[in-house]
Amino acid sequence: MADDTTVPPGVARAAEALKDVPHEPGAPKKDPILVADSVVRRFGGLTAVNVGHVEIQRGAITALIGPNGAGKTTFFNLLTGFDRPDEGKWEFNGKSLAGVPAHQVARQGMVRTFQLTKALSRLSVIDNMRLGGTGQRGEKFWQSLIPAIWRDQEKEITARADELLARFKLDAKREDFAGSLSGGQRKLLEMARALMVQPDMVMLDEPMAGVNPALTQSLLGHVKSLREDGMTVLFVEHDMDMVRDISDWVIVMGQGQVIAEGTPDTVMADPRVIDAYLGAHHDGTQHDAQAVAEEVTEEKAATADE
Amino acid sequence: MNWDIIFGVSLESLFNATMIAYALAAIGLNVHFGYTGLLNFGQSAFLGVAAYGLAMTVATFGAPFWLGIVIGLAGAVVLALLLGIPTLRLRADYLAIVTIAAAEIVRLLFRSVSLSEWTGGSDGLQAFSDDFYSLNPYSSGLDIGIVTFDVRELWVMTVGWILVAVSLLVVFLAMRSPWGRVIKAIREDEDAVRSLGKNVVSYKMQSLILGGVLGSLGGFVFALSRAAVQPDTYGTEFTFYMYTIVILGGAARVFGPVVGSMIFWFLLAFVNALLPALISQGYIPTWLMDANQAGSVGYILVGLGLVLLLIFRPQGIFGDKKEVMLDGR
Repeated sequence: MADDTTVPPGVARAAEALKDVPHEPGAPKKDPILVADSVVRRFGGLTAVNVGHVEIQRGAITALIGPNGAGKTTFFNLLTGFDRPDEGKWEFNGKSLAGVPAHQVARQGMVRTFQLTKALSRLSVIDNMRLGGTGQRGEKFWQSLIPAIWRDQEKEITARADELLARFKLDAKREDFAGSLSGGQRKLLEMARALMVQPDMVMLDEPMAGVNPALTQSLLGHVKSLREDGMTVLFVEHDMDMVRDISDWVIVMGQGQVIAEGTPDTVMADPRVIDAYLGAHHDGTQHDAQAVAEEVTEEKAATADE
Repeated sequence: MNWDIIFGVSLESLFNATMIAYALAAIGLNVHFGYTGLLNFGQSAFLGVAAYGLAMTVATFGAPFWLGIVIGLAGAVVLALLLGIPTLRLRADYLAIVTIAAAEIVRLLFRSVSLSEWTGGSDGLQAFSDDFYSLNPYSSGLDIGIVTFDVRELWVMTVGWILVAVSLLVVFLAMRSPWGRVIKAIREDEDAVRSLGKNVVSYKMQSLILGGVLGSLGGFVFALSRAAVQPDTYGTEFTFYMYTIVILGGAARVFGPVVGSMIFWFLLAFVNALLPALISQGYIPTWLMDANQAGSVGYILVGLGLVLLLIFRPQGIFGDKKEVMLDGR
């Protein structure tokens, strides 16, 4: 991090866009890429997700946080078409995505990764990457039988894949089976593969889970570079240091609802957020929310220093 | 002991129509199981539908031979759609249950009494292959020492090997293409493929149809070589032999099913010819095994060999052990 003093243009753009947005659940954004309204998902009697209204700012990195069972991943699955909501609608780039199957969501420019990394083990790293290319002529059965139809396009896709592999420092592993990569390398591969789709918005489900610390910085750098490339990032994460480090905006979920929104610092000091994580005043004593917030942030800082 | 006969029979089974029928069926199953990861346990139904499609068209309804072939192929496609539409959205093991049940339903329909007017019931149908054999260009059989094939066998084998070659070419071209890449990726993790914008259900359906149609070619060869169809030959053990052949040759290898089928039938024919000879010569005492039991013992020995193969070479003949040992995720 040589140039900490100069703010990268992507960060400045995101900060400018989010400057006047009120810090409250469902706050309207200047230029939202994704707008969701009353999205509800029930599992039997349990309402896992019940999001009234939420907007995601274009070109910014937005973190989705919340305690375990808050419905973050379920909300992710709903937005990306991997699960169907009981009710609700949402728009991406001004087009409704409600009821649209997962593969068409991806084609429209919203690509996700998974909490449990899904590297395609018995495909080579480069084939994993090539798979991400969209609109491939050779992916139609009859055309696939005649290589002349798809060979040129395959070369273009391979060139783009090699560029991305170099950027993610996976080029040395090009011909290896993806199953032979380490956990962190698989995360990198999954992210690089998602970029092959050339998405407008990248959805990362716990990108840091199971990644060794040496790779964490490199992964963080890659996520930040997505913002500089003009992409929108929404990610679920438990690691508060990462959230604080890279996100422009934080959305907090608790018990299926959006309970707070704001910049990382304000959200982490919000008493509603602390209640959601630590439980509300069950013992009847009145906590000083501000004091608890400070304690929590200090604790976080202390563990990070270790 | 007459070694000429023992080796002659074994060598013939490397190339004969039965071997070809199983190879074609296994090439189709390899597309399902080896490349796409679809646990299809009803491959015998694709052969049965094709064979009966041909036999019923010609023998029952008196229509031309070529129409029978078209109806047989169409039957395989329809069966793939019927199997696929309700099950391909479900997890892989449900497909296994549904396909094994569907194959049994197909077999029981063919042998049911109420349909026997058209299907011939448990006796099956004959007299549908005359048009095929009338196209036979050979005028004399093949006799090279210990191996002999008559005129009819030669003609079925010629057509059969052409079908094998064409099938292998199609599988080879398809699997090295971007289409094949999507197919293999679905085997690894279909959600990941979905997240990259591919219509997974459509690809699985295409795979089911392709493998079913390739298998149906095996059904034609099987039926024509016997000049008869009989419902109980299309039972579940037919499918299990196909799985054995696919794994023996090496799953997801282009030539695996053909080599697997050759080895399987060579071993089976060799053991089945050797054991009775050993018994009749008194090398095997009758208290251990008599000539009637030798057939079953043949299957036991071949089964034992396959168990050992799976333990010591799980990747099959052509497979890559490193690849097989990678964890699925």
